[in-house]
Amino acid sequence: MNSFLMGNEAIALGAMAAGVNVVAGYPGTPSTEVLETVAKKNKGNIYVEWSVNEKAALELAAGAAYTGARTMVTMKQVGLNVAADPLLSLAYIGVKGGMVIMVADDPGPISSQTEQDTRTFAAFSKLPCFDPSSVQEAYDMIQEAFEFSEEYHTPVIMRPTTRVCHAYASCEIKSEEEYYVNKPEGFVKDSKKWVIFPKLSYQAHLNIEERNAKLTSILSKYGRNEIIHKQLKNACVGDECNTTNTKGLRRGIATHGISYSYVMDGLRGIDTDISVLKVATPFPFPCELALDFLKNVDEVLCIEELDPVIERALTYVCGRYNLDVKIYGKITGNIANAGENTCDSVKESILSFIDKEANDNCRHIDEKLMGDIKMADDMPELPIRPPVLCAGCPHRASFYAVKEAMKGQKTIFCGDIGCYTLGNAMPLDMVDTCLCMGAGVNMTQGIGRVEPDTRCFAFVGDSTFFASAITGVVNAIYNHANMTLIVLDNSTTAMTGHQPHPGTGVRMMEFANGNMPKSHEDIANKINIEKVLSGLGVEVIETVDPLDLNNAIACVKKVAEIDGVKAIIFKSPCIAVARSDKKAVVVEDKCINCKKCIKSLGCPALILDNGKVVIDASQCTGCMLCEKVCPMDAITKG
Amino acid sequence: MNKNIILCGVGGQGTVLASKLIAGAAMRRNIPVMSAETIGMAQKGGSVVSYIRLGDDLYTPMIPKKEADIIVGFEPSEAVRMLPYLKDGGSVIVNSCPTKPVTSVLAESGYDGIEMVEYLKKKVSKLTVIDCNKAAEEIGSSKAINMILLGAALNTGELDITKEEIKEILAQRVKPQFFEMNCRALDYIK
Repeated sequence: MNSFLMGNEAIALGAMAAGVNVVAGYPGTPSTEVLETVAKKNKGNIYVEWSVNEKAALELAAGAAYTGARTMVTMKQVGLNVAADPLLSLAYIGVKGGMVIMVADDPGPISSQTEQDTRTFAAFSKLPCFDPSSVQEAYDMIQEAFEFSEEYHTPVIMRPTTRVCHAYASCEIKSEEEYYVNKPEGFVKDSKKWVIFPKLSYQAHLNIEERNAKLTSILSKYGRNEIIHKQLKNACVGDECNTTNTKGLRRGIATHGISYSYVMDGLRGIDTDISVLKVATPFPFPCELALDFLKNVDEVLCIEELDPVIERALTYVCGRYNLDVKIYGKITGNIANAGENTCDSVKESILSFIDKEANDNCRHIDEKLMGDIKMADDMPELPIRPPVLCAGCPHRASFYAVKEAMKGQKTIFCGDIGCYTLGNAMPLDMVDTCLCMGAGVNMTQGIGRVEPDTRCFAFVGDSTFFASAITGVVNAIYNHANMTLIVLDNSTTAMTGHQPHPGTGVRMMEFANGNMPKSHEDIANKINIEKVLSGLGVEVIETVDPLDLNNAIACVKKVAEIDGVKAIIFKSPCIAVARSDKKAVVVEDKCINCKKCIKSLGCPALILDNGKVVIDASQCTGCMLCEKVCPMDAITKG
Repeated sequence: MNKNIILCGVGGQGTVLASKLIAGAAMRRNIPVMSAETIGMAQKGGSVVSYIRLGDDLYTPMIPKKEADIIVGFEPSEAVRMLPYLKDGGSVIVNSCPTKPVTSVLAESGYDGIEMVEYLKKKVSKLTVIDCNKAAEEIGSSKAINMILLGAALNTGELDITKEEIKEILAQRVKPQFFEMNCRALDYIK
């Protein structure tokens, strides 16, 4: 069956074809669509949940895997840091049912805090790692990963990158009748096996090292680790392009993931003999296959994204077997140390790797690249488009209210991870720090300890609050901190595409099936942020609609003056979930063109047309924040 | 022969649907398709690009510089931004109406798109410029921009896909009440 699929959809369908029984995860770009697809396609036989965070998801899946269920855990690379504690221990204990931890890496980074490499994390955790290079391969590979996990009783990691996760391709997939059906045996009590103790860990460590050593040969025979010999004679036009190895050097390229696709795409236009080593399992590294590859080359260029994993491994193999092969890559400065590779960067790297004469002979490619630079010279200056809070976003009102209320005072505004990180942009400029999920609540306390005269604020979204900010509030109360917690409650996980979370009371399968509770009152088990804070011992808790601007400002002023740990919950739904039909309009004869609305709010719906302020009706959501900011009452609801 | 298509614009302009329609129509003909979209933080007011590649000999959906057969610019400066990807003699379809970013409004830089269209006229021989705001007004929906531009792109013949094929896919993808409006938009440029 042929189907046009996003990489993440292919991974989800691959897991379903492998008979996955339990899927848990936490949203994070570029991983989110994997779990969403399983939920959407689920016939009811798979348990799917958005967990409160990645650690919870991994622990839940570990429990399920102990029963013999096949499980998948989904997250982005930084989520694996949150799940690291259970992950490293689980590596020692192992699993009964197949378990794939699907961790999406984000070279660039395009939407992440770090450029960490999950291949390195896998080696640190001593867990096998699978690295797909295309949508089709991701579909096939995850099924093999489940088999592998079950065969060796170990969780395995699958780490696609953004360009595989978010690529679409026509894909050959199984029909539902061909799906493997996994029937879990159930948990069999055996405390010697499932309870981690130093003695057990010592024995398990020995076993893991022995297994991983064996896997280097076993994985050398895994078909997706392969050596491809390219003899390309037809790509160049004209006789001058027959340029094989003028110095008689035998060359190879070692690569992985999406870079492998860029290499194969790029080699089409370059006429040279070259061997390509494709590494699909960076850990344990397929050493024997690498040895075969290295024996037939004199120079190797390692084209990788993130860490030089293959480059180090090949250098090690050369040293170990005393091979006289030059290894080039990130460590030698031939490939960029940060950022993602592109078709063009990879092609340029290959061209400069092949010797200079070959470069000259393939002059038309060089000219092509030079052509770009010439073109850029007379290009008009392009407008910059940094991401901004959407028009009508209630976070804009919340930030503005705090800014107005605290004007002239010594303040610190610690931000956190989510749409509201965008509150850092001008003109709001309301995010002084952002580190990682849930960090802001603790960081503001740290700044307060050194600068007691600073008014300390922490901004956190509702989903992030549940994921990892609650412990920060406990810390503040326990240690008698002075701070104001601002919860930006828009009743959704907006940045990653509107997933439900504990504060919505809606669970993933209800959400996916459209069985939404009719009103907020119907949601019996919804976790109330106010009650959580009050239960923790926060004495001052105010809930305000940020779009009721004057009230919101007054509330911040009042709460900021009180000592101790206080909280303000700015409650207003995300505009992507709820928006008004009415739009704001500028009353022309009242507007004096002072541009206060633009300068203080930076809303994308407020634009200048021939120097005059107008409201772009296609963007305006009718939040009416600009009406409240206008000193001339020149904006009304149209 | 592979076909390389770039759709570019600003988050929210409907590039993704247009890209899905092209992919769907090609799939119908059993032509292998690869595509890639901008997803995530950049969607919020940022530049977005859809890459679409049709053909048998594909490794990646990403299109190298100077290899796009056609660029469909939903916004003038975004078309210019992607111009290094256009092959020599390739076609460009562009909406002349600018989307002004907050940064340029704050700086009162006066970006109005005119300079961009002039630059494209200088650089691209096969250029179609469309005032999409005017067209959308005539059609009666501000959401029609993507179909107006897609219709014009199909007219060039670069895609090897007919409007009828796109309409068949469209019927499966949009709600019935919007189908007729979208068809009028596709047919707007004759």
